Amino acid sequence: MATMSAFHTLRGVSLETIGSSCNLWRNNVYSLTTKSCRLRCLQSRILRPFSSRQHNPKVPEVPTWEPAPEEQLPPPTKIPVDLVDKLERLALVDFRTKQGLECLEKAIRFADQLHVVDTSGVEPMDSVLEDRALYLRDDTATEGDCAEELLKLAKNTVEEYFVAPPGNIPLPKREERTAMLRHSEF
Amino acid sequence: MAASCIAASELLHNIKLIPYHKASCVLIRRISTSKLKCSSQPVAEATSAPQQLVGVVGLEIHAQISSNTKLFSGSSVQFLAPPNSLVSFFDASLPGTLPVLNRRCVEAAVMTGLALNCTINKKSLFDRKHYFYADLPAGYQITQQRRPVAVDGVLTYSFLGGKKRNQVIRKNVHIKQIQLEQDSGKSLHDDVNNQTLIDLNRAGVGLMELVMEPDMSGGEEAAAAVRELQLILQALGTCQGNMSEGQLRVDANVSVHRAGEPLGVRTEVKNINSIRFLAKAIDFEIQRQTDVVQRGGTVKNETRAYDSKSGETVPMRDKEGLQDYRFMPEPNLPPLIVFEDNASLPAGIDACQAVVVQTIKEGLPELPGIKRDRLVQAYGILPEHSFTLVNEDGLMEYFEAVMRATKMEPRKVIGWVTNELVGLLKQQNTSVSHSPVTPAALAELLELQEAGHISSSVAKQVFQEMWRSPGKTGAEIIREQDLGLVSDAAKLHRVCQKVVDSHPDEVCAIRSGNKKVLNRLMGLVQKELKGRADPVLVREILQEKTS
Repeated sequence: MATMSAFHTLRGVSLETIGSSCNLWRNNVYSLTTKSCRLRCLQSRILRPFSSRQHNPKVPEVPTWEPAPEEQLPPPTKIPVDLVDKLERLALVDFRTKQGLECLEKAIRFADQLHVVDTSGVEPMDSVLEDRALYLRDDTATEGDCAEELLKLAKNTVEEYFVAPPGNIPLPKREERTAMLRHSEF
Repeated sequence: MAASCIAASELLHNIKLIPYHKASCVLIRRISTSKLKCSSQPVAEATSAPQQLVGVVGLEIHAQISSNTKLFSGSSVQFLAPPNSLVSFFDASLPGTLPVLNRRCVEAAVMTGLALNCTINKKSLFDRKHYFYADLPAGYQITQQRRPVAVDGVLTYSFLGGKKRNQVIRKNVHIKQIQLEQDSGKSLHDDVNNQTLIDLNRAGVGLMELVMEPDMSGGEEAAAAVRELQLILQALGTCQGNMSEGQLRVDANVSVHRAGEPLGVRTEVKNINSIRFLAKAIDFEIQRQTDVVQRGGTVKNETRAYDSKSGETVPMRDKEGLQDYRFMPEPNLPPLIVFEDNASLPAGIDACQAVVVQTIKEGLPELPGIKRDRLVQAYGILPEHSFTLVNEDGLMEYFEAVMRATKMEPRKVIGWVTNELVGLLKQQNTSVSHSPVTPAALAELLELQEAGHISSSVAKQVFQEMWRSPGKTGAEIIREQDLGLVSDAAKLHRVCQKVVDSHPDEVCAIRSGNKKVLNRLMGLVQKELKGRADPVLVREILQEKTS
């Protein structure tokens, strides 16, 4: 799916964006006192593009940004009603107005620009932390026992339980949907 | 509000706990019942006609990791705690909370993987699997979809088959993968008030999902495989394996096809909470699909629930008809790295931070299959007895302790342990560790029998008495109740003479060559002396008197 590629951070792209905000980061890095390991990791990544001699030719020397020319992009994605239906079910959101659809199509069009980036031979990256060791915790209880505090946040509770509607509320069936759409803007 | 409060406590009371049946040789019997049922059906006789439909079974097993705390949070893991008392901010998915992986859970998964001959992935990855359900507060579950911690293993299981059910049949099932993932919370459906009560105590508890390839052909094999897995997990201590408490949850993928043809459309059977029901549910489902296909119909790909009352599987309404889990890499967890051995640890890594495969391998306990083979080898007992010893928690240790303290032959001791001891344990519904008769006390009693102080029937009588009055030794009971063997020759001669005199027909038969009748006279003498006569002496005397 077109939208999926937007989720994948590509190594080249991520370095570029990190590089561009590098100064900003550097200024803030030392003032932050939280989890130092995360920050150290970020630092190392930030500094690498500048310190490493072997510069990846796919990564621009300086940060640049310009919209990709329309003719380089794949044909614009049109969202069929069926797909809207599916997305609404999956994400439990409601965007069945013309504006909602336009917004989605624009977002996909924006993400289409990623197709222009040549990523051949570049391994996708999951996270900027991926070369860090994953911290492993001891198996000792340190938290929990805050039912009262948590239950206070809920709209409905019964005794010590959270209360939810019975099962998932089914969204309207496609036939009902079509009938509804006939009366809406499109 | 008051009304719903009452409903909540009623719901709580209605959560019936199925009593945990102490697993033992019962399994063998359990399976055999299902087999009997199965063999009356055409499916089981696939060998005669090549066109016969055969069942294909794969399993997906969720094993709750036995740990103090959850997979990604430091809240305790405990069964039957007050609702929502074991929930951290992360478990409730409050914004800004982050997962912190529990080392114990990783070690448990690696250990389980090693015990199942898996390849341990030195690098594994976490993913988010999205779905909406009220007991999953984050809207996604953290799992290992792309690269699980262990892959490509094999579980060897055996069961007793053959006509007399005393033949050990050994089979393999491939383990596709073992992945770490979070458990969900629990939903209590309150139909009266049209609402669902959510308890998040279980939310975030570490699970190992084990995927078994469709290498099994029916309920009996699947049950034996799960039972073996259960024993392995319990031996490792990585999962308590209690199905009725949900520590081990089994879903079965069942299809039928003709041998050599592609696999048929499968159904997924859920809601199976014991090994016995697993066998029954699978056999029912195979039969149902066979009927459908033979009638010319097609099997629908669906999820079915097993109803233990009716013994049937029924279509289950899916959580969502349209399943698209929208997997994505978990951005908050870097890849999980485990190391082959201490030499491969990178410099500067904190040793207590590293999970080292070699160290875990060295700590693996003796697994049930090895135990059984060793018992058969070392003591010359029958394979079915080795099953009983390994199936009942602590029974093997009990048997071996008795063996160390007695000179009695293993084949005799095994009878005592698997019949007398297990019989009383079952009757009292208790476990080996609660046996009032210690291995030492039993050994002492057996020594008395071996030395000829008491007969075997008296020994059994004394054993019952020892059970009833714990702390008393066998010797004390024998003295108190005057149960010692009668070896007073004069007394024995008197009783034997009496029996011989009053049974002229039997004596006649013996004299004319039918020596077996002597046993009947021996029985009568024993009856007269309440089983306390020295059998060797009695036989000698009777032979003398009837010659």
